[in-house]
Amino acid sequence: MGVNDTYSRGRELLIADPVRAALVLALVVLLLDLVRQLVFGQVPVSQFVVLLKDGLMRGLFFGLAGIGLSMTYSILNFANFAHGDFITSGAFSGMIVTYIIAGGFGAEADIGSLALVGAGGSVFGAQLGIGVASTPLAVLGGVIAAALFTILLSLFIDRTVFEPIRDRSGITLLITSIGVAFVLRYLIAFIFDPSRRGVTDSNAVPSTDILVYDGFVSVDLHEVSLLVVSVLLMLGLHLLLQRTKLGKAMRAMSDNEDLARITGIPTERVIRYTWIIGAGLTGVAGYMFVIWNGTLHWFQGWILLLPIFAAVILGGIGSVYGAIVGGLVIGLTMSVSIVWVPTGLARASAFLVMILMLLVRPSGIFSGGSTA
Amino acid sequence: MSGTNDDADGKDDPVGGVRAAAEQLWEEDAVKLLGLILGIFALYLVGGALLDFGARQQVNLLANLFFYIGVFAMLALALNLHWGYTGLFNIGVIGFMAIGIYTTAVLAKEPALTEPAAGSIGGFGLPLWLAIIGGVLAAAAFGGLVALPALRLRADYFAIVTVGVSEIVRFTVLESDFQKMQIAGYFVGLGGGSGLILDFDPTDDLLEALGLLEPYTAFTESAGAALSLGSNPKPVFDSLLYGLILLVFLIGFYVLLRRVGNSPFGRVLKAIREDEEATQSLGKNTRRFKITAFMFGCALMGLGGILFFAVQGAITPSAFRPRLTFFVWIALIIGGAGSTTGSVMGGAIFAAFLFRGPLFIKNVVQQNVDSDAVDTFGQAVSPLISGLDPFPMLLFITDNLQQLQLVIMGLVLIYLMHNRPEGMLGHRKEEASTISLNRPERSTDSPGATPATDGGEPVDGGDTDE
Amino acid sequence: MEVIPMSDTGAGVETNAPDADVEIDEAEAHDSEVEEAAKHTPRGVPLRVEGLRKEFGGIVAVDGADFAVEEGSLTGLIGPNGAGKSTTFNCITGVHEPTDGAVHFRGEEISGMSPDSVANRGLVRTFQIARELEEMTVLENMMLAPKGQTGESLWRSVLPGLRSGIMGEERKILEDCWEMLDFFEIDHLAHEYAGNLSGGQRKLLELARALMTDPTMLLLDEPFAGVNPSLEERLLEHVHELREEGYTFLIVEHDMDLIMENCEHVIVMHQGRMLTEGTPEEVQSNEQVIEAYLGGEVE
Repeated sequence: MGVNDTYSRGRELLIADPVRAALVLALVVLLLDLVRQLVFGQVPVSQFVVLLKDGLMRGLFFGLAGIGLSMTYSILNFANFAHGDFITSGAFSGMIVTYIIAGGFGAEADIGSLALVGAGGSVFGAQLGIGVASTPLAVLGGVIAAALFTILLSLFIDRTVFEPIRDRSGITLLITSIGVAFVLRYLIAFIFDPSRRGVTDSNAVPSTDILVYDGFVSVDLHEVSLLVVSVLLMLGLHLLLQRTKLGKAMRAMSDNEDLARITGIPTERVIRYTWIIGAGLTGVAGYMFVIWNGTLHWFQGWILLLPIFAAVILGGIGSVYGAIVGGLVIGLTMSVSIVWVPTGLARASAFLVMILMLLVRPSGIFSGGSTA
Repeated sequence: MSGTNDDADGKDDPVGGVRAAAEQLWEEDAVKLLGLILGIFALYLVGGALLDFGARQQVNLLANLFFYIGVFAMLALALNLHWGYTGLFNIGVIGFMAIGIYTTAVLAKEPALTEPAAGSIGGFGLPLWLAIIGGVLAAAAFGGLVALPALRLRADYFAIVTVGVSEIVRFTVLESDFQKMQIAGYFVGLGGGSGLILDFDPTDDLLEALGLLEPYTAFTESAGAALSLGSNPKPVFDSLLYGLILLVFLIGFYVLLRRVGNSPFGRVLKAIREDEEATQSLGKNTRRFKITAFMFGCALMGLGGILFFAVQGAITPSAFRPRLTFFVWIALIIGGAGSTTGSVMGGAIFAAFLFRGPLFIKNVVQQNVDSDAVDTFGQAVSPLISGLDPFPMLLFITDNLQQLQLVIMGLVLIYLMHNRPEGMLGHRKEEASTISLNRPERSTDSPGATPATDGGEPVDGGDTDE
Repeated sequence: MEVIPMSDTGAGVETNAPDADVEIDEAEAHDSEVEEAAKHTPRGVPLRVEGLRKEFGGIVAVDGADFAVEEGSLTGLIGPNGAGKSTTFNCITGVHEPTDGAVHFRGEEISGMSPDSVANRGLVRTFQIARELEEMTVLENMMLAPKGQTGESLWRSVLPGLRSGIMGEERKILEDCWEMLDFFEIDHLAHEYAGNLSGGQRKLLELARALMTDPTMLLLDEPFAGVNPSLEERLLEHVHELREEGYTFLIVEHDMDLIMENCEHVIVMHQGRMLTEGTPEEVQSNEQVIEAYLGGEVE
């Protein structure tokens, strides 16, 4: 009975939309194959759990950073290509504060070197023992600085760059945002030098090994921190959107295309709050990513931008919850895909998922209002 | 055809007159372009002369400029077909360039039929010209693959898909699993992170095919001595020769795309850019036009990629980052999307001032200033604050100009989008037609040709209304 | 296109063999109103809409529209806002695929076809808000329209030998375009960007451009909206002239008076349904129509 039902529904889908049917089939095959590989021990369960954990971490980051992109995309009506460099800006600004606090305001290293996050190899994170457990105040200061600086930066850029051309097409704004991205990215490279540096002390991160079926999975404090911070911020945003008047206005604007159209051009006040919330989350996301990842470099945000776009599109532009779910899907895709594809193509497979998604269901999983 | 179409004089003989007018206009734009490019060269040569550059340095400078103006102008022209004409927001240009040069490289490299030594990878050993055609066709085919499903997406999604695709291409050539493999007995591969060594020399291959290699080599020796270019002058002449080859290709691109623009085909593309639904309502199968235009543009981008990288000696995946795509975009926006002449001008200006200019300045400063730049921004800032000494900062800036250069490009892009989104040439009336659109003489002279079924309405009494 | 747009009707006018994918039977059927069409549809009824239904995600925009348009007639489609007129139009012209029902044009079912296929069969529309190609000149707009231009092939456009071949065709099209501009008395605007035209001039251009595709039937979506009275007069004159030449018109309008004065047949829609149809007099005296207009959403 159940099988029959599934069968007939499958046949209907095959006729109505062969492309989608093929994709569904491919997904089912992959999942069955995954089960096979797990059962026959080709992929140890514990290793698979490590992949899931990694995917979850990335996914939370993509979701958190994607919320801001999704909000500006739907309310200001353009794909902000400078969003990745907001992430980098958040990470750098937060790290400056962390370095200065952890470095005892110049006691442990030259204050200039601290303020440049150890440009030119002058001081390293490991040297300062940076970590959530070892230097909690420095990290807390970093989180706050990352949020504040990214907010100020986004408001400044909006005022100087985007506001004067608010009435132009989304494409004009998109191209302009590419210009902003260039300025931010290479200014960071110019000031902080283009090296990739380690910013945390990996020895100072407490971790514990958990036995999972056939092996151990290690969980460390920085992973837990990323998880806690992301979940708390997402919950906070949820409450803000559900409980406050501002949240309702914003939700109406991003979720309901028609209503947005009737309301006309959103007021500058709502736009300002969009930037504040979006950029604040983005800055924190960038900083927490660097804490989790342990390295910092000038084009970090840019290479993360495309998966974030993927997450946002997947979740449906304008949908905050969609961005979170989309982020998790993309994060998990990137890490789990290496069961089948070479590691180097993990990101390629995430893009492929995004492209397929765009082709099959351009409005996203959550079908949030997209603004054309 | 161009901004001054209205004063074209086609009264005497429609065919000859039209042709004469067209030629005159073509001359005009060509003169504009020539003037700009010569001006750029003159500026650089004067700059070089003031700095006591040697002959070899000067010639190298010229060849270098030639190269970058050529490739950026070609790429801007190809992108103009996508964006300026058809409204296809392609920000994956570099991906199609990569497909072009990688295909050419794999096809043309010396074959290796036995397992080659570590680090070296063979190819299929085809003649270079055939490999180039292969590369161009591969880029077009890949464009088709992307276009078939993606063209129905709205512009911003299309943009994200194209940049995503170009990154997928880069990850693929970077992937170690494809570094080396055996196909039909040949040991070939994409080289992975270390890339591919290009063991062919386009200029030598061309000269050899023409049977001119030996006289050319002899010529470089004697001319090199006469111009006192120092020992081994051949590379200098090679790069000049390559510049000339690029010029020929550039003229080819220009003529080709002008023809595309000024044709019924280009007219439909323009209409699609303006309003696809309205174009469909006039019975045009817009999908077919978009796919054709996209594939054709991709083929040209593939060729642009081949010409860009074929003389670099080697290709590595890191050269195929999206950055280059945005360079081409800046070039196009400087010149003004939609204008063929503007694309070339934008390419030239971008190459000369934004791309090469800062490096020229950097070289000049470094040759003339003895002291070394400080290592970090902090060391450059502190003397500025404490002792109002700008010198370390200036040195630091020149030393790190490759980063600051992109900041400048970003600012230029923002400035252009704010103040001159239509490009330096402004709005140009490039009428999409093979012929001048002025009223042909016949229709007014011989009303007999008009069937009198239009209800008595005077055929040519059109000047009487409001 | 060899066919001078305004001359393709009336007995005795030579029918040039259409050069591309223009349906031959369509031209013949149109010229002499003969058997070919009669096999499929009753004589002289080029457009027939049967049980047309269109839903958008559960919202029913059109709920069973049934009507036919007679050859050479000026038929009006009226109804208050939200009556489903535009959706009906879009279903006929291929912009939307109907959820149910069928549209027949000259004996062929066209529902579900792409907009360009519909246009290529001789059923051409204009838009409510004139859709000019703004950054193209008036003449470029006009020259775009003719169907089956050989120069629309990329290769013919660029390859030296082939390109010269299309220039002759271009000259012919250009001549037709000038004539059409003369007819609509907008020839003085020929080199102007379409975006610079006034609202009324755009409507004229759009009609002229539609005629350049050599249609047999025209669907006009609110052709008089935003047009000043004197231009409206002129536009109406042109429509009547063209109708006398044999073109069939279906006009969507919400200006009742205009439709009643000019159309011989009127179809009334209300809330997605067909309310009634008939001569202007019949429609005007229909209780339901009066109620729909006065009781419902008045414009």
